[in-house]
Amino acid sequence: MAAMAAFFKKLGANRYALPVLLAVGFVLSLVIPQYGLLNGYVQFVLIMIGINIILSASLNLVNGYMGEFSVGHAGFMSLGAYASAVLTVKLLPDLPDAFFFLPVIVGGLVAALAGFLLALLSFKTRGDYLAIITLAFLMIVKSALENIPYVGGPRGMLGIPKLTTMAWAFFWVVVTIWVLRNLLYSKFGRAIAAIREDEIAANSMGVRVREAKILAFSVSAFFAGVAGALLAHLLVFINPSSFDILKSTEMLVMVYLGGIGSLAGSILGAVIYTLLSNWLQDFGTWRMVIMPLILVLLMLFRPKGIMGFRELPWFLPKREARRKDS
Amino acid sequence: MDYFAQQAINAIQQGSIYALIALGYSMVYGVLTMINFAHGDLFMVGAFACLLIASFFPLPFIVILILVMLATGFLGALLERLAYRPLRNAPRVSAIITALGCGLVIENVVLSLSPYAKPMPPLFTVTGYHIGGLSVSTLQLMIIGVSIALMLGLDFLIRRTSFGMAMRAISFDAKTVPLLGIPLNRIISVTFLIGAGLGGAAGMLYGQAYPVIAASMGILVGWKAFVAAVVGGIGSIRGAVLGGYILGTVEVMTVAFLPSTYRDLVAYSLLLVILIFKPYGLLGKAPNQKV
Repeated sequence: MAAMAAFFKKLGANRYALPVLLAVGFVLSLVIPQYGLLNGYVQFVLIMIGINIILSASLNLVNGYMGEFSVGHAGFMSLGAYASAVLTVKLLPDLPDAFFFLPVIVGGLVAALAGFLLALLSFKTRGDYLAIITLAFLMIVKSALENIPYVGGPRGMLGIPKLTTMAWAFFWVVVTIWVLRNLLYSKFGRAIAAIREDEIAANSMGVRVREAKILAFSVSAFFAGVAGALLAHLLVFINPSSFDILKSTEMLVMVYLGGIGSLAGSILGAVIYTLLSNWLQDFGTWRMVIMPLILVLLMLFRPKGIMGFRELPWFLPKREARRKDS
Repeated sequence: MDYFAQQAINAIQQGSIYALIALGYSMVYGVLTMINFAHGDLFMVGAFACLLIASFFPLPFIVILILVMLATGFLGALLERLAYRPLRNAPRVSAIITALGCGLVIENVVLSLSPYAKPMPPLFTVTGYHIGGLSVSTLQLMIIGVSIALMLGLDFLIRRTSFGMAMRAISFDAKTVPLLGIPLNRIISVTFLIGAGLGGAAGMLYGQAYPVIAASMGILVGWKAFVAAVVGGIGSIRGAVLGGYILGTVEVMTVAFLPSTYRDLVAYSLLLVILIFKPYGLLGKAPNQKV
């Protein structure tokens, strides 16, 4: 064990390891489906892990790094899923597979617009009341989609082309982590850390609280929309009730299990959660008892999660990594 | 006009049930400044407890009501003891997440034990009266009467007894009050007991009014009552009652004049609009913020 830990520590500290691993991962994500190296179910689980990493990392931006509490992430996700599915099913049915990034980006932008508006409107509220507003947002999106016949109403949308491949999932995971890492260690990242520690103090020290919050919500919503778009084109079927409060709870489990305020934690949480939830598939509805129970036990015994505010050197910019070493 | 008056009676009935549940949210928020997201599921447990008791023991209505209130009340107090008390000094977010998790655990345990919706037997024979062009049933009168009696009882308890004074003191200043010799933990437990008991009573009344109960009613109805509590100003007892009747009216009128699928949309949009313009609800006060 100790040897393995030492190996991982060395690997983590080596800055050339990351680009090499990324290249290997991308090649594998192209080769595996091409030659059927893994069976379909394993490939499906791997893509789900990717989607869940995008979700947990983006939710971590608001719930972990900024210290607010949003339960509306499933709402952003459903907006992304529906917007992209409308594009690929109704508006651009002949889209070549290589242009799949287009509907995904549109889905992300629609979700980001909703996040922007929500943050703009709810600026005066914080804490419990912000949680309530995000909850109301989730419910409004769900019942609004149920009342739009164009997207199938409560029955949902069928016949979405299966465009999400391992390579696309891998690509979007890398983009998400890269963008979030660069944002978190910029001026904006310092601002949201200051807001987390004390919003009023941050405001009086000259942090533009309103702008930082709006940006954090928009970016977080964008990636939730991206994840929704990927999910829609993986499952080839979506309906409004698949993006309910339980979906948001799943994301909360991932974030708080892996660790708040940590990208490595988000990845870890998503991997553990996806594997666990597939393993618990046989338990039927009891699975939905076990998942929230894990969340409660985590809050009682380890509220910051496994990685809580710690980071692997890979996810730190060079400057930060040097500062931590010395 | 008759149609409108008839809808008004339905609105009062619906509003009474919402108000009863909303009281539980507001009382807990008053003493702990914490949203008990599991409260909607205690409401659902109330309906199931009623079904269990009524199908094994043919007791009179009022006895079943008391038993249901005790059962859900103790479940609420147990929840506080096991899940919320250890987190009382933890960050607020931890407490909200725990409450959300506890609610989902309760809901899905009930769902796993009873996967299909269950019919609820009527507990007394319902007769209808016609006054002018209006029809009122004994069931509606019973629901409205029991709810108003419980609310008046709660009002008396909070305003006229030493327990009520202690509760109001804690919601005014939870740090100083224990120093004055008031048993904080006991008062909080009793608050949960009463709040959850009222929610259970609402569950039983709801089961009589709409005699098919399912595990999902905690989210469908309980969370709507939460909207009512927030609209009224969470933490304010009178606000909860006001919010309950406002929401009941809005919902019944939505269904009367628009397609019924718009009900949730209108209810949650109302919540969003009120929170944007009055961030602490109609009768709530803004907390002091200090650095």
